[in-house]
Amino acid sequence: MTTTGSTRIQTRFAACATEGRAALVTFVTAGDPDLDTSSAILDALPAAGADIIELGVPFTDPMADGIPVQLAGQRALKAGQTLKKTLSLVEAFRAKDKDTPIVLMGYYNPIYVYGVERFLQDARTAGVDGLIVVDLPPEEDAELCLPALAAGLNFIRLATPTTDDKRLPKVLQNTSGFVYYVSVTGITGGAVGNYDAVGEAVARIKRHTDLPVAVGFGVKTAADAVAIARGADGVVVGSALVERVRLSLDSDGRATEKTVSAVTSLVAELAAGVRQVAKAAA
Amino acid sequence: MNAPQNPNTYRSGPDENGRFGLFGGRFVAETLMPLVLSLEQAYEAAKVDPGFQAEMASYLKHYVGRPSPLYFAQRMTEHLGGAKIYFKRDELNHTGAHKVNNVLGQILLARRMGKKRIIAETGAGQHGVATATLCARFGLECIVYMGAVDVERQKPNVFRMKMLGAEVVPVQSGTKTLKDAMNEALRDWVTNVATTFYCIGTAAGPHPYPAMVRDFQSVIGKETREQMQEAEGRLPDSLIAAIGGGSNAIGLFHPFLDDPDVKMWGVEAAGHGISSGLHAASLTGGTPGVLHGNRTYLLMDEDGQIKDAHSISAGLDYPGIGPEHAWLHDSGRVSYISATDDEALEAFQLCSKLEGIIPALEPAHALAKVIQLAPKLPKDHLMVMNLCGRGDKDIPQVAEILGGM
Repeated sequence: MTTTGSTRIQTRFAACATEGRAALVTFVTAGDPDLDTSSAILDALPAAGADIIELGVPFTDPMADGIPVQLAGQRALKAGQTLKKTLSLVEAFRAKDKDTPIVLMGYYNPIYVYGVERFLQDARTAGVDGLIVVDLPPEEDAELCLPALAAGLNFIRLATPTTDDKRLPKVLQNTSGFVYYVSVTGITGGAVGNYDAVGEAVARIKRHTDLPVAVGFGVKTAADAVAIARGADGVVVGSALVERVRLSLDSDGRATEKTVSAVTSLVAELAAGVRQVAKAAA
Repeated sequence: MNAPQNPNTYRSGPDENGRFGLFGGRFVAETLMPLVLSLEQAYEAAKVDPGFQAEMASYLKHYVGRPSPLYFAQRMTEHLGGAKIYFKRDELNHTGAHKVNNVLGQILLARRMGKKRIIAETGAGQHGVATATLCARFGLECIVYMGAVDVERQKPNVFRMKMLGAEVVPVQSGTKTLKDAMNEALRDWVTNVATTFYCIGTAAGPHPYPAMVRDFQSVIGKETREQMQEAEGRLPDSLIAAIGGGSNAIGLFHPFLDDPDVKMWGVEAAGHGISSGLHAASLTGGTPGVLHGNRTYLLMDEDGQIKDAHSISAGLDYPGIGPEHAWLHDSGRVSYISATDDEALEAFQLCSKLEGIIPALEPAHALAKVIQLAPKLPKDHLMVMNLCGRGDKDIPQVAEILGGM
């Protein structure tokens, strides 16, 4: 059965659970290093083993991101990426792949300036499944979260080590699709922290929700992925992938024939990693 | 865009969600939310604690040197031949600008919250110097983020901060100016959230910062009310102040917002001129958006990407403005105008020669508009300009522009 709309994320997590493994969630920045190469990367991700795609929406002032994701955004903006082009990128991908969920991840301002209602309509039409907007905490749910849910999109919230049991219900209240647990207090691309603590944190979140919990921020290698996959429903990898893009570029910062495979080879390693860890089917 | 509510008072904001009408709010990452909420609690408690107020008052008097004088600028008044011009002399504060009023409040609050590591962003370096100064005074660790471009053009202040024991981190990301320094400070905060207090330099950022910074700066307007009563037996007719983020202006304006006969002008930096596109006038040339924790007017392109601001004054070189000003703009209570680099430079020189006061380039923007407005006003019109900083830091830059002197 072809899945549609907001159920793609649920369906994909359920399928991974049936296989007894965690989902691999891969982040790349839309338009990095240019629109065509970015489109080729996106198209190649599912075959390389990505279960869910997070597509970064470039922004000039990415306050929660470390240097790798900052640089990826700058490359994309320099190449002329806009939110409109990002939606077209999703639309082109969706024409070829009906099942792999796509989650747009970024900051609120480009969406706000695009116009919330118009954005939700265009995102839905393009085949976007969910949104992660870093600078919209539950206190600002009326801005985008509630309209997005009403439009049939998932709104995925970040939970962090500072989100204590008292606050967790507020964070989870309007979350849908999955919960993204940020394994460290900090910016993207930092150190992964203590694996045991991550497992405990996931267990804590699961006491409050039936949603799948994916863990990210700092996952760089297959070994990290294996360690995280033991205690989580999904493993998110981002900075390591956009670093692969950067390292594949020529001296003028242009894509080379190695750019797509630089990303997909790491995705394949990580995919093999999450498949090593057998879990009880949920 | 929503029309702002039509209030009976202009002084009751923000609401419980940190909103001034459409503007303000708490647009921050989840990691920071618990801390932002606990800061709000701590500030609400301090506000009504007589012990905190007494401590503030004592340091403001003995360490900062308040009250700052309200000075009748007689020669400027005679030269312009219209309104009677007063300067609120906040450039006489310790560290040379109004910034210290706010930093003192935040550092005393950080101490109450048990935070021992202080971070700050700075553009021209005045807020960085004030923060480094109070961290030295209270034995706190101090890290100041400053765009690499600003580090280069404000060397004396960089040295000053280092002398005071602060670590100055040149920010290499983005455009390497104030907005990037703020991004980097937020990245530090999100990483070291348990130990760190972020001392924001202007009346912007996530709630409660805009209201808290305004309250700490309102000492400027409160003193002005009393001093003008004493000097002239009545309230001033108009107030005028320069605006980057807008903390000195909101500090002067806020105590007068409900006095309908007091006219107010905020002066943004027009850089090379609004039509050139190279300016820092967010209200005059921007549109509403969300950045650095609040919704306000921003300089940006049609995709919501933030544009670089341009101003001769590093302290005004920011593509946004405090959310309360955005609201006062839309509600029409305050008039926002702008002054170009050239106008500010002329005012800088005129003030130096006529009054023997070398102003900072920031208040020189306000003075540039005083020069245009005052001659058209009657001689009994009382106009107060906030002379919010002294020009020592700008001497090398101005000397270079004017050709060595």
